[in-house]
Amino acid sequence: MTGVIPKIRLRGLAKAFGEKRVLDGVDLDIRAGHGMVILGGSGSGKSVTIKCILGLITPDAGTIEVDGRDILAMPRREREELNDRIGMLFQNGALFDSLPVWENVCFKLLAQKRITRAKARDKAAEVLAQVGLAASVGDLSPAELSGGMQKRVGLARAIAAQPDIIFFDEPTTGLDPIMGAVIDGLIVDVVKRLGATAVSITHDMASARRIGDDAAMLHKGRIVWTGPASVLGESGNAMVDQFARGDREGPIQMELRR
Amino acid sequence: MLNPVAAIGRVVLSACRVVGELALFALEGLSHLLRPPFYARLFLRQLIEIAYFSLPVVSLTAIFTGMVLALQSYTGFARFNAEGAVANVVVLSITRELGPVIASLMVAGRIGASFAAEIGTMRVTDQIDALTTLSTNPMKYLVTPRLLAGVLALPFLVLVADILGVMGGWLIGTTKLGFNSASYLKATMDFLEVMDVVSGLAKAAVFGFVITLMGCWCGYNSRGGAQGVGAATTSAVVASSILILAFDYILTEMFFAR
Repeated sequence: MTGVIPKIRLRGLAKAFGEKRVLDGVDLDIRAGHGMVILGGSGSGKSVTIKCILGLITPDAGTIEVDGRDILAMPRREREELNDRIGMLFQNGALFDSLPVWENVCFKLLAQKRITRAKARDKAAEVLAQVGLAASVGDLSPAELSGGMQKRVGLARAIAAQPDIIFFDEPTTGLDPIMGAVIDGLIVDVVKRLGATAVSITHDMASARRIGDDAAMLHKGRIVWTGPASVLGESGNAMVDQFARGDREGPIQMELRR
Repeated sequence: MLNPVAAIGRVVLSACRVVGELALFALEGLSHLLRPPFYARLFLRQLIEIAYFSLPVVSLTAIFTGMVLALQSYTGFARFNAEGAVANVVVLSITRELGPVIASLMVAGRIGASFAAEIGTMRVTDQIDALTTLSTNPMKYLVTPRLLAGVLALPFLVLVADILGVMGGWLIGTTKLGFNSASYLKATMDFLEVMDVVSGLAKAAVFGFVITLMGCWCGYNSRGGAQGVGAATTSAVVASSILILAFDYILTEMFFAR
């Protein structure tokens, strides 16, 4: 990656909540147009890392660069313009249950006035088709959808505005293995079609190998390994391999109280 | 920990922090009234929710309050042969105090709880974070339309409560207490001054702001799943009820103290 400006570059990212230091100097480069999977146990700081990049949490220290520009030092308007180019699939979908599916899907386009309400339904149907859902789903309420359909609608919402960076928070959590594979396939397809940079956090190793080009392991608030996602399980790094195989014994010790 | 002075200090500091946070929250919510985009559709939806759907509960409460007030004041005034003052007492009590306070307490129970529960659920299910990632300011989208709707809807509801409360007193006065209808209404109109109604409507606008502010603030800051949302809902109703009574005293001092 030497000489090429990464799409996203994190340096010395730190964040503490009270006494608990969640991020302790995260350094990470994410290549443009590639899929990065961030692995790590529960509470290792994966979600906090993503939320710092999205501007939902302000880090205590460190820098976050997108296309070579420090976004923490950006004026508010520029930061908002950057957010316009970012999509996010939340772990539980985070669909707005007061709005029908079509309005959820086109929410960003409507908010930015890039589309009229009259045309939004057709646009929603088009995007829903890209994630394998019928146009009739657009008239349903999010509460009427199954978990897998909610993920697909969440994915449709994340890609509707054609972002060039997309974040996926545990995209297959709570789904059966087949639906998980379907969602992964959709993610790979839409990311490739948009030419976007994808950043995913997951515990699901099969999913990590399917959607990731690169992988990074976050442990105790630091990145302890980066490498190709294809070698997960046989990376040569004891922590990564233990995590990928789900071994109880190894350098990662779960903090269990007896 | 056992030092009582330190304990008092902690409580005072904590109270100051909460008041400061609430004031900043309110200021930010109001500041979006002056900055586009404006969500007219959301404002209208909230206006209908508060003004129209609160009409039954406010109307019933106002009628019964006027009826009880006429009965009680008649019982009391009869001891001094001052039964003729019933119409006067009913109209002044309703327009100056009972109309605004009782209608606002009813709306606090209905709308304050509803706002806190809805926004709190959005918080704990990441929907508020999702708004940010969808290029939408959550304060502007969720809080500002509700604040404006509350300030405008409550005076309308209180005007209705005033009319129905006086009507309740007239109903009991003419059907049960033996007053002549025309003379009861004449006594009512003779003693009623514009300031009595205007002060009540001004109080209502303040109470509407308090109710919607507390509902939004408690919901926006809720944490920890269903229990957190429940706690936020309770806090919103309790805090807004207490603040309504506190502001009622302050505003009464401002309008009528000599």
